Order: sequence, then structure tokens, then C-alpha cells
Amino acid sequence: MIRENLEKIREAALKQINDAGIGEKDALDALNDVRVAFLGKKGELTAVLKSMKEVAAEERPKVGAMVNETRDVIENALKEAKERMEAAAMNERLKKEKIDVTLPSKRQEMGHRHPNTIALEELERIFIGMGYEVVEGPEVERDYYNFEALNIPEGHPAKDEQDTFYISGDILLRTQTSSTQVHEMEKGRLPIKMISPGRVFRSDAVDATHSPSFHQVEGLLIDEKVSFSDLKGTLAEFAKELFGADTKVRFRPHHFPFTEPSAEMDVSCFKCGGKGCRFCKGEGWIEILGCGMVHPHVLEMSGIDPLRYRGFAFGIGLERIALLKYEIDDMRLLYENDIRFLKQF
Amino acid sequence: MDTPLSWIKAYVPELSCTDQEYMDRMTLSGTKVEGYRRLDRNLEKIVVGRIEKIEKHPDADKLIICQVNVGSEVTQIVTGAPNVKEGDLVPVVLSGGRVAGGHDGGPLPENGVPIKAGKLRGVESNGMLCSIEELGSSQDVFPDAPEDGIYIFHRDVKLGEDAVEALGLHDTVFEYEITSNRVDCYSVAGIAREAAATFGLPYKGPEIRETGNGEKAEDYIRVEIKDPDLCSRYVARVVKDIRIGESPEWMKQRLRAAGIRPISNLVDITNYVMLECGQPMHAFDLSTVAGGKIVVQRAKDGDVFTTLDGEERKMDSDVLMICDGEKEIGIAGIMGGENSKITDSVKDVLFEAACFNGVNIRKSARRIGLRTDASSTFEKGLDPHNAYLAMERACTLVEELQCGTIVGGRVDVHGELPKECRIPFEPERINEYLGTAIPREEMLQYFKKLELEYDEAANEVICPTFRQDLKGFADLAEEVARFYGYDKIPVTLPKDTASSGKLPFKVRIENVAKDVAEANGFSQGYCYSFESPEVFDRLLLPKDAAERQAITIANPLGTDFSIMRTLPVNGILTSLSTNFNRKNPDVRLYELGNIYIARSLPLEELPDERMQLTLGFYGEGDFYFLKGVVEQFLEKAGIKDRASYSPESHKSFLHPGRQADILIGGEKIGYLGQVHPLTCKAYDMAKAEAYLAVIDMPKVTEKAGFERKYEGVARFPAVSRDISMVVPKDTLAGTIEEMIRQRGGRILEGCMLFDIYEGEQIEEGFKSMAYTVTFRDKEKTLSDEEVNSVMKKILNGLGTLGIKLRE
Repeated sequence: MIRENLEKIREAALKQINDAGIGEKDALDALNDVRVAFLGKKGELTAVLKSMKEVAAEERPKVGAMVNETRDVIENALKEAKERMEAAAMNERLKKEKIDVTLPSKRQEMGHRHPNTIALEELERIFIGMGYEVVEGPEVERDYYNFEALNIPEGHPAKDEQDTFYISGDILLRTQTSSTQVHEMEKGRLPIKMISPGRVFRSDAVDATHSPSFHQVEGLLIDEKVSFSDLKGTLAEFAKELFGADTKVRFRPHHFPFTEPSAEMDVSCFKCGGKGCRFCKGEGWIEILGCGMVHPHVLEMSGIDPLRYRGFAFGIGLERIALLKYEIDDMRLLYENDIRFLKQF
Repeated sequence: MDTPLSWIKAYVPELSCTDQEYMDRMTLSGTKVEGYRRLDRNLEKIVVGRIEKIEKHPDADKLIICQVNVGSEVTQIVTGAPNVKEGDLVPVVLSGGRVAGGHDGGPLPENGVPIKAGKLRGVESNGMLCSIEELGSSQDVFPDAPEDGIYIFHRDVKLGEDAVEALGLHDTVFEYEITSNRVDCYSVAGIAREAAATFGLPYKGPEIRETGNGEKAEDYIRVEIKDPDLCSRYVARVVKDIRIGESPEWMKQRLRAAGIRPISNLVDITNYVMLECGQPMHAFDLSTVAGGKIVVQRAKDGDVFTTLDGEERKMDSDVLMICDGEKEIGIAGIMGGENSKITDSVKDVLFEAACFNGVNIRKSARRIGLRTDASSTFEKGLDPHNAYLAMERACTLVEELQCGTIVGGRVDVHGELPKECRIPFEPERINEYLGTAIPREEMLQYFKKLELEYDEAANEVICPTFRQDLKGFADLAEEVARFYGYDKIPVTLPKDTASSGKLPFKVRIENVAKDVAEANGFSQGYCYSFESPEVFDRLLLPKDAAERQAITIANPLGTDFSIMRTLPVNGILTSLSTNFNRKNPDVRLYELGNIYIARSLPLEELPDERMQLTLGFYGEGDFYFLKGVVEQFLEKAGIKDRASYSPESHKSFLHPGRQADILIGGEKIGYLGQVHPLTCKAYDMAKAEAYLAVIDMPKVTEKAGFERKYEGVARFPAVSRDISMVVPKDTLAGTIEEMIRQRGGRILEGCMLFDIYEGEQIEEGFKSMAYTVTFRDKEKTLSDEEVNSVMKKILNGLGTLGIKLRE
């Protein structure tokens, strides 16, 4: 009797749960009504429980279990239905919230680093990785540091070639960051492994390839067993890091008063790979930097024993690297600061 | 320096290589070849022809029909040239051939101009008669070529032979970049010596023969050097009975290829020797040398001297002059005088080959404003021995060209001459230095090729005087490296003491500035360190402003670049103006660059170079935006103290009511504000509303740091109270906040302005301000009583500032 009754209740409840949402009533409200009608204090199942006293004592546990089972079935059905409906409602809402993802982005406009700085930071990264320390020196400098201590005595043609800006007495605007070498060597702390970026000045009128002020990065390594082959190896590594792993280097004899032997380093043209193109003027090679073994006399003048210590030095034109690497065809762009130029870096 | 390969081969007869090979190998052994050009480029099928017959063209007034014998045949060629006549020998390009360019002498086309048989106004023409321009050359070096017309051979050439050969154009001219230490290589002979060593071939230098008749030069001329510091040697010889004429073709060809116009045998010889030996020479008309006497001495201040180009020039006592017994006849090493110059009627000549002080010549040439081939050669600093050799070579040529009778002997005045330099030979040290293992015998071979001798007993390498650049161990190492080959030296990495690379703290703080500026939309500019003194006026600086005490460059590139900047703002303002006038909207720029503050003027010590961060913008944004950027930077630089702002910054180029000094712990570290409208106008952007901030980086760096300590997150709730008040108009928010912070004490967490209002409903001279003040205790939940008591203190404090609470 009770069993049949429970069976009926279950079927009725499940049907109503299934039907919830049909008609005008809100589906969740309809479910709630089902809960109240069957499981509520005055619900049908509760009524069955209340009628338990009419069941024989030995039957009661059995009947109780049946009632609980029916309750579980209804509750589970309610829960599932509710979840189903909520998911449907969520889907409905998300559907409505659809946006046009191809509309323009909104962004916080960031500024741009100057190509010189990008090139410099790249150089710094490479040489710091090799254990070099970055040091700086004064831009307004004494003749001794810019020339004399670098083996460029009074009357030396190099002194004239560079067309120096003079201030007064022996004070001038440095023409090369090599002046920092001397300051470092004079400190007497050996070994030395430094690069020194900075602004230099030469009396060249402004045009597409000249500027009265530009930047160099000087490099200096002084230790007991340094050789010219180490200079080649160091700069070859640098070139590969800066211009790509396939980059080849070529060292040509040259002359700088403060290094002996001296060399200029070319890299294989990174546009044509060395076959020759307009970019490298058909040569396949592009001149990148000057370098050499620190002249023993230069070491001596700064109080370093050239019989015990040797060193190499190199000087890189920062603008040259920036112009080449980013294919900028006019040096004036670097000092104009037109935002349309800067934005491209 | 331009030199034809044929001239090099004259001294290295066995040299045989392609142009490219020559360029590459010379460059890699240290004589850098900048480039080369073939003189016979695009010259094909060009022969010597003789014009047998000329007829008028039936249908064209300006054309003529020539029957031209080209050796193998007589062919018909129509030409418009006005200068040919029957019997002339001319260069003829045959049909199917090619010439280098047009007759107008413009830029040469890449592939030349092909010539084909065809009809000109109906008349058959089987080629073309050539002008010197069409052959890729010019009248500058072929003075016998006509102004406009066909080149006509005025000497024996064979009919039908290669006309390009006859003109000496089967040659390649190489352009070298000679380094300043290799004075000896500013000469054909010097380069040839390098070429011989590079290719491992024998070198045979210019021929020198003993010349002169039985007379003695001393009987004609006496030489006195009064300023031996400026003239280390003076060699003089005399050539009598000069026969002026043309030089032989071989000499003319070499001069032409080097870009020198052949003039006459005498002049050509001096030019030839200068190119060949790198020694400038001069020839005086002996009859103009008063008293047969040469005196080398400084000019007197104010002397006026007329050089052979007819210009009057003013001398000073640092200019060295060549004088005769009475007067000045030449500026030593720079240019001869009009009063002693060679004319066609010259009878006897005094040749001079001297060695002058290079530095003095350079400085004199610059002061006088006259830089000549001679002066630019002397200024490199020549070897006095070379003067002697050049003189002997010149006389050998005089004899060879038969242009006069050479008087025996010479007058040679000099002090102590430089000696050969001896350098100890240390092969092991050289190998260590280069990172090589070159056998000592091989090193000695390289030296031998370079004419460096080895004294085995003393174990020394003896360097000839023309190699003034060889002075010590490292120089020998370079010679070994050059001829062993830089490319063969191994590639190794230093086995040096381990070290950790790093950036200085200063640069790390600058990097923070870059990051913060860029995050806020500022792009980095680079500006010049020097500027015009007019900048101070554009910035409205008072006449006595300290910033006007700028370092002046003694030799600037014009006033626009004449002083070192004492303020960093001009660069950014100029750049903003550039952008504004190019209609770029909303531009934000920053710069990190030095200003230069003199400790005293004129400069005796080095100035204080102070790195400045300058931020500037126009368009979107205002004062408070910029202030925010500054604060973000200070925060990221790890400055713990809060910045305060004083409106008393008095910058003439900023809006007087919208500027502030930025202070940290009471110390000024910079300023910011709106650019004064007059300054905007001076920068040609009157319509822009621009803002600037300047931070003195050394002050920031002093206070900055990357140390951070975790302070915990609040576990107890905050209590906040709003204060709404009426404030006297001139009271600064900073003052109010300072009062709140001071009275709020330990439990005050912060205060934030959320409303500010002036106008209707507010009494004239006042403004309404509202703050939210937040309190929190790290140890416990605050009670109302505690908060009330602190609030009371704050309100009392505000009361002392004349502030009333609003209901």
C-alpha cells in the first residue's frame, strides 16, 4: 500500500520536475514548488512519514528506507534539473554578452627607447655577459687623457685629423671614449675588464653621415696573458651575438696611435651574407670597429708594467651600429626626435 | 692617393694578379685599397684610324662624311665633330664596339655606350670617331684634347693599333687609404715596396744615377738654414740651359692616371718625383735668386708675400720662408713666390728638396689658409734622407729627359740626421703577444722583404729611416702579424681572471628612469650637448642668471653649437617644437643627458657634469599627470621619503603659477611645470600647452636604492573618516596634508583628496576641499574613541590654518 503510494509520489514528482519551465512560470520557481509540494513540511512525502505510525513496528525500518530512497531520488532529480537550468540560463546570458573581437584595441601607449640606447643596451648585455664592467668617464676632458696618454703627443697628425673642440688651456671635449682607458689604468687595479660607453665630440658639420657629437663604446681588457688571438676571439663572439650566428669577421691591419698591432674589424654583410650587395657597396664586408693590442708605451705611461701585463682595446661607434642594424639612412634622424621615427623602435 | 697599377708594376716587375686580388691582398696586409677603377672600362673595339677624305653630308649642314683608314680597311663614318681634317690620326670605335660615355663628359653610364653601324640622315656610318670624354677621360689630364671635338693624336701611332693602348688607358687606378704612421706609403715607391712584400716578389726601386758636369753647385749657390728647428735638411742642385718641352708619353700617362695634368718636362719631373718618392720639390728660376743665396728663416710678423698663384698673403713669425740674398722667394713647403717662378723663358733652375717641420707646416698652412699638395705631404713629417734621394732621382730624370745641363755636386745643409732604429728581436715574446707559433726564421723573412735587416750578433732588427713608425717591440709584432696574415692568427678567448660584469649603480637608476618614462608614454630623445647662447633669451633667463655662466667652446661649429648647456630643457623644447610643427599629436619625450656646470670661468678644472632626466610633453595630460610620472620614478628608484613641492621655484621659462620645485627631505632634486607661453612662442609653438619636468639624477642616485623589506599586509580593519572643509584659497593641499600627517601620528594610514571646488556657494577667497582620512593599527582593531581623539587633534590643527569645517 505504502509502497504503491511512494511509487506514485515518485512518478508524479519526477514528471513535475521534468515539466518545470514549460508554461509561463519561471523554471526555478516551478522546481521550488515541486520541492515544497513533495518534500516540504506539508508535502506528500512528509505525509507518508507521518502515516508511519500506522505501519507495523517490524515493517517500519523497511518502509523508512523506502521513503528515504524516494526522497533521494526526488532530491537528485531536483538538483540535476536545477543545474541544467542554471547552465542553460548562463549560456543564454553569455550568448547575449557576445562582443565584436575585431573592434580596435584600447591600450596604454608606451614610449619608445631611442635606437642608440637599444644598440647600447645590446652591447652592454653582450659584454656584461663576458664579464666586462661598465664604467663612464668625463665628456669635458684634459688633453692628457684624450691625447697624450694615448700616444698622441703634441703635433701628432691624429690630433689634427680629429678636429677637436677646445675649451681653454688643456681642456677640451673628448674626441674618443679611449680617454676612459687612461683613467681606469691609472687607478692601478688590475686586471681591468671594462667597456665605457659615452658621448664624444668632433668638429664635423651635421649631415647625413656626420654629427659633431656622437657616441662610442670603448672596450679594454688588461691581464697577464692576453694576446691578439684573444682579441680576435672576443670580437668574433661579439659580432655573432650582435649580428647573428652566421656572421663572419675579418681583421685588417690599421693604425691607431694607442694600439700596436692595430686592426679594423669588418663583419660579413648581414644583408647579403657576404656575396656583395648595395648595402655593403658590393664588398661583402662592412666595417664595424677599430681595435688592437694596447701599445706598451700607453701601458707604461699609466704605470702598468708592459713586460708583465698585456691588453687589448677596441672602440665601437654606437651610431654606426644603430644605423647599420636598423637600416637608418640619415644620421640626422637620431637627433631630431621626431616621434614618427622614435615609434619605430 | 690614386695610383695606376702599371706604375706599381714598374718597381715590382713580376707582379701579376687580378685587380680584385691586388685589392684584397694589399688591404689584408695593411695598405687599404678603398677601390679601383679600370681606365679602359667599356672601351671595346677602338683602334687608331686615319681620316683619308672628308665630304659634306648631302642632307645635314653640321655633319660630315669621313673615309677612315682603320688599318685593315677604309670605312665610312659620319661625324658632327668640327675639328677633324684629312690626314688626322684619331681613335675610332668600330661597329659592335663600345665607348665609356657621351661626348659631353657627364657621369659615365654603368654599361657604357654600344656603337653599331647605321645610317645618319640617310648616310651609312660604320662606327664613331671618339672624343676624350667618350673614352672616359677628360681634358684635365689630356690637355692636348680639344675643348669640343675628336681627340687627335699628335704623335706617332700605328694605323689600326689599339687606340686605348696608345692612350695608355689599359690600366687600373687604385685608391688607397694610407694611415698616418706610414709616411713612406704616401708614395708610389712606398706602396710598391709593400706590394712586393705582400706578394713575395722582388722590389726594384726608382733608378738613381750619379749626374752632373764638372762644375760645382757651390759655385752657383749658397744655402743657410737660420731656423734649424723648422728645417732639418735643405738640398739644392742647379740645372743650366733648360730646354722646356713636353715630357715623354710614359711619364704623362703615369701623371694622368694619378690625376695630375702634364704641363712641361720641368714641372712634370717635380710632380713625378713627388708622387714617386713622396718628396715635394720646388724649382726656382736661378736668375731671380739674388746673390745666389738661399736663406731659410722665419718671416717677420706682418710680411706680405705674393705666392705664384698671384695672391697676396700675410705672414707671421711662425711661418718659415725661403729667402734669397735680399727678399722672400717662397713659403717653405707650401708654395713658391711669384717673384721666382719658372717661366717658359727660364734659363737656369735651382732645384730644392728639403725637409721641413711637419707640425709647423700644417699650422702655417692653416693660418695662411693655403693647403697645397706639398704642404699636406710635408705635414706628415718626412724623412730627411728622402730629400736627398728625391733630388738625385729628379736629376736622373732631368738627364733622361734631356731637359738641361746638370751642374755637378750639390749643396746639402743639415744638422744631425736620424739614424736607423735598432729593436731587439724577441720572437717568443712576439708569439705570446700575438697568440701564434710562428718560427723565428719565418719572422726574419718577413723583415727581409720589408728591407729590415737583422744583426745576428746583437740580435737586433735594424729599421731603415724611411720606416719612422718602427720604434719598439710591438711595432715588430705588427710587421710579423701583417705578413703572417691577421686572418691566420688563431681565434681564442682570453683565459683571464674571472670577473663578474656589471652596470654602475648610476646607470641602473637611469634605466629605472627610462622604464618609468616609457611606461608613461614618453619616448627617448637624444639632444646636443652644445647650443647657442640665444637659448637663454628664449628661456627668458634674466641677464644675471647663474645658468648664463656657460662653458664656451673656443672653436665651435658656429654660434649654434658654441656653449655647453647648463640647462637641459632646450633640447626637449626644440624637439617638441619639431614635432608640433610637423603636426604630430600628443607628443611625450624624455632625455637623459649631461649638463655642464663650470666651477669657475674661464675653465681651470673640469666642470661638474650632471646627468639630467628631462620629461616634456604637449597634448593629452596636465601638471598632475607629469607630477605622477615623477613620483612613480622616485618610488621605483627606491626613494623612501615622500617628495614635497614648493611653488617658489622661480623658473623664468615656466608658467609662474604652475611650477614647483621637487624636494626630497627638504633638498631640491628637480622641478616641473607648464612651459611659459612666451617660451612656447620663442620655440615656435605658441599654440602648444607644453609641460616640462627636470630631475637632477646625481641627487636621486644619492638617495636611491634597490633594498626592499616586506612590511606585512594589514590584518586589522581600517577606519576612515571624511573631512569636508572650507579653506582659504591660497592654502596649499600640501600644507593641509602635512598637518593631517603630523597630527594623525602612528595610526594614520593615509589621506586622499576626493573633492575640490571653488565658485558659487563658496565664500569669495575660499575653496571647498574634502579628504578621506584612513586610520589603521597594525596590532589591533581601532576603537571609535581612539579614532575620534586623533580626528580631534587633526581638526584642531586644521583650525590653526584658518580652515573651517563644512556642515
